[in-house]
Amino acid sequence: MATEFHNLQELRHSASLANKVFIQRDYTDGTVCKFQTKFPSELDSRIERTLFEDTVKMLNNYYAEAEKIGGQSYIEGCLACLTVYLVFLCIETRYDKVLKKISRYIQEQNEKVYAPRGLLITDPIERGMRVIEISVYEDRGSSGSSSGSSTTSSSGR
Amino acid sequence: MNNREYQQIDPQALATPPPEHMPKRARRRWEVFPGKNRFCCDGRVMVARQGGVLPLTLALILITSGLFFVFDCPFLVEHLTSCIPAIGGVLFVFVIISLLQTSFTDPGILPRATPEEAADIEKQIDNPTGSSSSYRPPPRTKEVVINQQVVKLKYCFTCKIFRPPRTSHCSLCDNCVERFDHHCPWVGNCVGKRNYRFFYTFIVSLSFLTAFIFGCVTTHLALRSQGGNGLVFALQASPFSFTFSTALELVVCFFSVWSILGLSGFHTYLVAANLTTNEDIKGSWSGKSGNEDVGNPYSYNSIVKNCCSVLCGPMPPSLIDRRGFVPSDDSVQTSPVEIELPAAKNNRNMVGRAVTSGRPPPPPPPPVVTLQQPDISIQSHSTA
Repeated sequence: MATEFHNLQELRHSASLANKVFIQRDYTDGTVCKFQTKFPSELDSRIERTLFEDTVKMLNNYYAEAEKIGGQSYIEGCLACLTVYLVFLCIETRYDKVLKKISRYIQEQNEKVYAPRGLLITDPIERGMRVIEISVYEDRGSSGSSSGSSTTSSSGR
Repeated sequence: MNNREYQQIDPQALATPPPEHMPKRARRRWEVFPGKNRFCCDGRVMVARQGGVLPLTLALILITSGLFFVFDCPFLVEHLTSCIPAIGGVLFVFVIISLLQTSFTDPGILPRATPEEAADIEKQIDNPTGSSSSYRPPPRTKEVVINQQVVKLKYCFTCKIFRPPRTSHCSLCDNCVERFDHHCPWVGNCVGKRNYRFFYTFIVSLSFLTAFIFGCVTTHLALRSQGGNGLVFALQASPFSFTFSTALELVVCFFSVWSILGLSGFHTYLVAANLTTNEDIKGSWSGKSGNEDVGNPYSYNSIVKNCCSVLCGPMPPSLIDRRGFVPSDDSVQTSPVEIELPAAKNNRNMVGRAVTSGRPPPPPPPPVVTLQQPDISIQSHSTA
């Protein structure tokens, strides 16, 4: 039985949560925020490997941009130091701006790529930036649905 | 028998919340926070449970600076320059603001794992003895290679996560803190990734302030004793309040200068080497434990770059979202009611009790039960 949903609303109302897959952090580059791009076996039948890897790589790029130590961060840091860091109460830091971009990107990916395949990505900031949580949904109508596997729709868009 | 105590539940009525569960005020996350922190101003301000000696720190600074401005500044402005109260004022403002920021900012607390996350991690960990839950298994570690160094990540039994590198669990605050430096009782908070720069600014400006006050007070005494027949005569001729304030300032500043200056020097070394107090004390990277081939894998091997990354790096956001709303309240209350009619009474009572006790609701029992997923829209986060 094909699991096909047209949008997030439909996903919520006509599907049941079967499983959650967690993509852990990759610490090989130190403490910077980076997630493993290894494809989890539970998603094997749900989504194409390349789509998944593209999403994770894009998220990693965003986080790298947020944590980049370069010209702009030095200016921000020095200005903050001179104002005894009171400037943090007034302006939106670059990290915050990038986090908003990440939220929008995840929303967009959910709508276009993941919801049609019965999956949902939770923003890592909601999980303390420890994991990317992917919720796997099952169509309510399917019977014996605890295994979490079903044929994917051919074109999700 | 019709004189039962409960009424038969009408399925139609279950669609609306029953009268005894009035629509609850949406709770903010700080109200259900599992760590030992205290929150004020509706979650905007947080401190450790034990205030430590923060009031004492504040009192010492305020009293000493106050005495300085009242007793020494007028004399020195008259005899030297009016820059003195200006410099003193700037230093004082720096000290107080950075102290309050250090105390009230989230140091980089890692939120605890959700039940599903914890279960996922448990699945991945081998437990060869197959022991029962009463026996605590040996400490779980994971090894990761960072910059050609093998770093062990330990499992935190309280937070149910593998701690990221440089993260440590503070037993006083009962939280895992990122880039944990130490728990400072003087500021009443942990010093970690997010408030280390405030802490460093605080101790550096405080050492300047104490040295400045000490210098000014001795100059004041010297100038006064020049006019008369020496120091003792000058003191005897002055009112008691002046003598008392001078003595207090000298004592406080003398002891503070050495200790705070020493601490600033130590932390300057830590900043330049990109180390934390925790790592330095444990000798993680200095080869004390016998390993010859260790070095700090997080250092950029350049003092300037280390300083810039620690003090001028981007300000990371707070991960605990204290002022966000707890979403699971509504979904857990309403969803079992809609789906599982016979069991709904029991589930609802259990959940209701769990929610009102202030703990996060227990995980939903069977995985096949339909859940109403909380609203997908991303909640806004505060960075304070």
